[in-house]
Amino acid sequence: MATEKTTIIGKSVLRLEDPPLVTGRGRFAGDISFPHQLHMRVVRSSYAHGRIRSIDTAAARALPGVFEVWTAADIPEVPPIDFREGRIEKLEPFRQPVLAQGMVRYVGEPVAVVFADDAYVAEDAAELVNIDIDDLPAITDAAAPPGEFSPGHNTEPTVLDQGYGDVEAAFRVAKSVVELDLSIGRHSGVPLETRGAIARYDASRDVLELHGAAKVPHRNREALARMFGRSLNAVHVFESHVGGGFGVRGELYPEDVLVCAAALRFERPIKWIEDRHEHLMTCNHSRQQRHKVRAAVDAEGRLLAIDDVIYHDQGAYVRTHATRVAMMTCGILPGPYRIGAYRAVCHYRLTNKTPAATYRAPGRYETTFVRERLMDAVAEKLGMDRLELRRRNLLKTEDLPYALPLEVLGEEVEYDTGDYAGLLDKALERIKWTELQVELKRRRAAGEAVGAGVAVFIEKSGLGPFDGARVTVDPNGAVEVITGGASVGQGFETAMAQICAEALGVDYRRVRVTHGRTDRIEYGIGAHASRATVMTGNATHAAALNVRAKALDLAGELLQAPAEGLDIVDGQVIRKDAPQGPSISLGELSTRLSPTRKDIKGRDPGLAADGWFHAEHQVYPYGVHIAVARVDRDTGGVRIERFVIAYDIGRAINPKLVEGQIVGGFAQGFGGALLEEFVYDERGQPQSVTFADYLLPTVRELPEVDVVLREDYTTPRNPLGIKGAGEAGVTGVGAAIAAAIDDAIGMPGAVTRLPVTPQRLKQILKGKGQA
Amino acid sequence: MTDRHGITLTINGRRYSRNIDARRTLADVIRDDCGQTGTHVGCEHGVCGACTVLVDGAPVRACLMFAVQADGCEIRTVEGLANGKELHPMQRAFVENFALQCGFCTPGFLMLAVGVLEREPDISDEALLDVLSSNLCRCTGYANIVKAVRAAAKEMRAR
Amino acid sequence: MKPASFQYHRPKTVDEAVALLAKLAPEDGRVLAGGQSLVPTMAFRLARPAHLVDINGVAGLDRLAVDSDTLSIGACVRHAAFHRPVTDGPLGRLLAEVVHHIAHYPIRMRGTFCGSLAHADPASEWCLVAATLDATLTAKSARGVRSIAAEDFLAGVMTTTLEPDELLIEARLPVLPADTRFAFQEFNRRAGDFALAMTLVTYQVDRGRVTNAHIGVGGAEDRPRRIAAAEQALNDRAPDAAAFAAAADAAAAAMDPMEDINTSAEYRRDLVRTLVRRALEQAAP
Repeated sequence: MATEKTTIIGKSVLRLEDPPLVTGRGRFAGDISFPHQLHMRVVRSSYAHGRIRSIDTAAARALPGVFEVWTAADIPEVPPIDFREGRIEKLEPFRQPVLAQGMVRYVGEPVAVVFADDAYVAEDAAELVNIDIDDLPAITDAAAPPGEFSPGHNTEPTVLDQGYGDVEAAFRVAKSVVELDLSIGRHSGVPLETRGAIARYDASRDVLELHGAAKVPHRNREALARMFGRSLNAVHVFESHVGGGFGVRGELYPEDVLVCAAALRFERPIKWIEDRHEHLMTCNHSRQQRHKVRAAVDAEGRLLAIDDVIYHDQGAYVRTHATRVAMMTCGILPGPYRIGAYRAVCHYRLTNKTPAATYRAPGRYETTFVRERLMDAVAEKLGMDRLELRRRNLLKTEDLPYALPLEVLGEEVEYDTGDYAGLLDKALERIKWTELQVELKRRRAAGEAVGAGVAVFIEKSGLGPFDGARVTVDPNGAVEVITGGASVGQGFETAMAQICAEALGVDYRRVRVTHGRTDRIEYGIGAHASRATVMTGNATHAAALNVRAKALDLAGELLQAPAEGLDIVDGQVIRKDAPQGPSISLGELSTRLSPTRKDIKGRDPGLAADGWFHAEHQVYPYGVHIAVARVDRDTGGVRIERFVIAYDIGRAINPKLVEGQIVGGFAQGFGGALLEEFVYDERGQPQSVTFADYLLPTVRELPEVDVVLREDYTTPRNPLGIKGAGEAGVTGVGAAIAAAIDDAIGMPGAVTRLPVTPQRLKQILKGKGQA
Repeated sequence: MTDRHGITLTINGRRYSRNIDARRTLADVIRDDCGQTGTHVGCEHGVCGACTVLVDGAPVRACLMFAVQADGCEIRTVEGLANGKELHPMQRAFVENFALQCGFCTPGFLMLAVGVLEREPDISDEALLDVLSSNLCRCTGYANIVKAVRAAAKEMRAR
Repeated sequence: MKPASFQYHRPKTVDEAVALLAKLAPEDGRVLAGGQSLVPTMAFRLARPAHLVDINGVAGLDRLAVDSDTLSIGACVRHAAFHRPVTDGPLGRLLAEVVHHIAHYPIRMRGTFCGSLAHADPASEWCLVAATLDATLTAKSARGVRSIAAEDFLAGVMTTTLEPDELLIEARLPVLPADTRFAFQEFNRRAGDFALAMTLVTYQVDRGRVTNAHIGVGGAEDRPRRIAAAEQALNDRAPDAAAFAAAADAAAAAMDPMEDINTSAEYRRDLVRTLVRRALEQAAP
C-alpha cells in the first residue's frame, strides 16, 4: 500500500484513451452497425445557384436494393435547423432547409436522399436521381454588392458593429495612418474521419437514438427533440470514438436530421457515412474574410485607433453558429494591445459556397493575421523595430484585468491575467532572437532569402456558464466520472481522470470517464471553444471533492478520527498521524454505503456525488508565435525552418497533452498559411474536392515546433487555475509565417493574403502584386 | 449487375471465406464483411493512408485494391499486431510517445511503419521520414509519430 | 465514393488476357494492373469500365532484365522494384532516384511502370523517363505485336496511341553509356504530389563539350516530351552556367503549358526555366 502522496495534476501520464485505439478496437461512426439498417446517400446539387424545376426519383426507386427516396416534399414536418443559441428572428429566413426547397444555393446542397440496403447500391441509386435545375448566376465574392437570397431578402442578412471611442477623431489627429486590404483564404478543419450519423428508433421504448454524435451531444439532443416534437427523455445521443473535430464536426447538420427522420419513419436503423468528396464540399467551411483595415498612430507609434471593415464570407446559409464567428472577429481583433478607439463593421454576407462556421480559433486566426500585419505595417511606416512597436502597445500585467466594451461569445471582453511582454521575451529568448538576426543577415548576404516573423495574440477559453459532473465509487473501488463533456481525440478522459484522481486520492488508471452520453447525465456542454478542461475539469474536481468529503466523513467514524486527520492515498483512507496503521478502502466504504446495509444510518446511499462549476467569465490565455522562413525566389516555394510557440496556459493538467494540442494546432495553422484553400470558380463550382487539390500538410512540410509552455499566470476564475489550450497552436501561425516571408524577401507588407502559394509569391516577387 | 466471387482472405492468420461483389474494395470487405474495423477509411482515393494494411508483407492502401484481388493473400491488420495482451513494440511506442490523439490515422501509421521496418530493418532515418510522409494525420502534427516510429525501429532492430 | 459495377476477369496467360481484351474492349473493358491510378478514378466514378481485366496473375509479366543494351520492364513490374538500382551504371541510378518521387511508398508497392505509361498522366515521372530516354513500348493484341516509340505513344492528357484491345506488355529503356551524366528535378507543393513541372536531363561530355543531350520536361504540358530547342542550345557547348541558362530559356520558350484555376501558364514556364537550369547544373561534372 502506497503511503506517499503523488501529485498527478501536472504530470504527463500516459493516456487512458490509447489501448483500444492502438489495437484496432476503436468504435468510430463507420464501425457502428445495427441489424436491418439502411444506408443513406445524399443526392446533392451540382449547381451553385438555381431554381429546382423537378426532381425525378423513379429510376432510383426502381433499382433493386433501394428502399425509399425522399425529397423535401416527403418531410414537410421537419423544420430547418435552428441556431445553437436559440431563436434569432432576423436570421431565420436564411437557415438551411434539411432538403432543398425550391432553390439550391451551393454545390453539394442536399436535394434528395436515398435509402438502400448497402452503401454501394445507395450510391448507384443516387446517380439515377434526375434533378432539373434552372441555373442562376453565382455570387462568389463577399465584397461584391449583395444579391437576392429570396424574395424580400438580400444576401447580407446583417451588419455587425462593435467598437468604442471616437475613431474619426483619432484619425484626424494621427501622426501616421496605415491602410491595408487583407484576405484570409477559405479553409477548414478537415478531420481525418469524415462525418457519420447512425439513427435508430427503439420502438419498444419509444426512444430515438443518434450514434456518432460529437462535440455538443446535449445541445444536439435538445435540438433534435425540439425538431421532432419529442420530450428530452425520448431522444438520446451517443458519442463513441471521434476522429477529430476542430469545430466542424458536431454541429447539427442536415444529414443528422435526415437519419433521425428516416429512423422514425421507417423504424429501421439508418446509417450515413460521408465520403471525402462530400466532406470537402459540405462540411462547414471557415476563415474566409476580407478586412479593409486602417490604423492611426501617434509619433511614438502608439495605437490611437483601429478601424476595420470586414466582409465575412458565410457561404450559402446561416448555420447553427449564426453570426458568432463574425461577432468574435469584431470583439477579439484588438488582441493584447492598448488601442485608443476601435471600430469593426462586419458585413455578414452570403455567397453560393458551402456554408461556414467555427474552425479552431475561429475569428482569432483571422484577426491575429490582420492585427499583426497591421503592427508590422505601422512599424515599417514609422521606421521602427517590429518588436519595439509591439512592446509600446502591449497591455501590461498591472493593466489586467482589462475590460473592453466588446462582446465575445455573448460576454463582455475582460482579459484576466497575464504578462504579454514577458511571454514575448520568453519566446524571443527561446529562439535566441538576437543571434538569429545575425545569422539571417549572414545568410542573406550569401544569397538566401530568409527571414523571421512574430505574432502576439490573445486566445479565449473556458466558456461557461455551468458544467456538472458525477463521481461514483463502486464496491471494488473502481471510480467513474460521468460528464456531459465530449472527446474529439484531445485526451479529455485522461485529463478528467487526473483531476479526479488528484482530488479523490486514487490511481488515475482506476478512473473511467464517461462522456457523450445524454442517457447517463442530464446536462452537458460538450467540448469546444477550449472549454472542456476548464469547465468539465472544474466540475469533476468539485464532484470528486464532494465524494472525498463523504468518504472521509464515514471513514472518520470507522477509524475514529476527525476527517481533517485523514487522507486518501491510492484509494485507501489512512490516518495522517499513523499512515501505516488501520485504513479503509474506498471500495469498502462504498459497500458500507450500499442501500441494502442496515448501518447506513441516515446517510445518503452510495459513495457518489455531483459537483458543479460555474464560470463567471471565460478566461484569456495568450501566446506568441515566431516563424523562420526560407523562400525559393525562383519557384516561390516556402520552407518554414523553425517555429516557436510560447503559451501561458495558467496550469497544465498534462503537459504532454497540451503540447500535443499545440503542435497539432500548428500543423493546421501552417496548412492555412501555405497549403489549404477551398477554391471556387466564377460559377461557384468548388475546385478543392479531393485530397489531391485540398492539400493537408504531411510530415515533410512541417518544421519541428519548439513549445514554450508557461504556467506563470493562473487564472482566479476557476479553482484549478487553468486556462484552455485547444486552440493555442493555430492562432498566430498565419500571421507569423506572413511576417517571416515578408522579411525573407525584403518586401515589408508583401503578404496580404493567405494562403501564400508559390505562384502568388512568385507574382509578388515579380512585382505584379497578389495573383 | 453484381459480379459475385467466392474469395478467401486470411486476415491475421484467420481465414474468411466470403462471396462478394467484385467492386467492393479490400478496405470495405475487411471492415464490413470480415468485421475487422480497426482499418479505417479516410478518403477512398488513396491519399490519406488510413486504410494501410499488409498484403503478403507489403504495406498497401486497402482502398485501392478490390477484395477479389486479395483472394488467397495473407493480410495483416492492426488487430493482428499485438501478441495476445502483449503490445507490439510499435504500439507501445505510440502510447509512450503520445503519438496519437483521435486515433483515426493510427492503424494506418502502425501498419505502414511495421510493414516497412519488417521489409527494410536498416532503413535510414531520412528514408523513414519519407515513408512517414505517405500518411496524413490531422491531430498530432506528426512530431510524436516520428519519435514513436524511431523508438520502435530501434527496438525492432535490436530483437 | 464506391465504384460503379463491373465484371471482373483474371486471366492466367498473356494470350488469355489479349483474347479477353479483344472481346471486352469494345464493351468498355480496361486493364487493371497496379490500380493506383485507375481505382481512384473509379472511386470518383470518372472511370466506369464495364469490365476489368486483372493482369496481376498473368505469368511472365513481371520480368525485369537487361537484354543486350536495353532494360526490359514487364507490365507487372512494380515501382518498388526500382528502389535499388536494377542495373549497374547511370540508368539504374537514374531510375532509383526518380522512383522516390513517385507518390508514396505504399503506392509504389502496387503501382507499375507500364501502368503509369498506359495511364499517361502528364505529371507521370515514368512517362517523362520514357519520353526523355526514347523508350520503346511493346503492345500486344489478338491481332499481333507492335513496337511504339515513346514519342508516338504519348498522345495527350491521359491519352496514348494504344488501341483499346491492346495490352502494353513491356517497356524497354536503352542502357545509358557509362559516362552519362543525369539529373532529375521536380517541383510540387508537398512531398509525393504530382509535379507542377519536372525535368529529366541526360548528357555526355566529350572533350569539354556537351553531346547527346536529352532534355525532357513533364508536368507542364499535356504530355512529357523532349525539348529539341533546349537540347540544341546545349549540344556542342561547354557545360557552363551560360549554356545551362540558354538551354533553360529555350525550354521555357518552347513550352505550351497547361493552365488551370490554380496554376498559370506563366508560372509553369518560369518553373520549367528554373528546373531545367538546376537539373543541368546538378548533372554537371
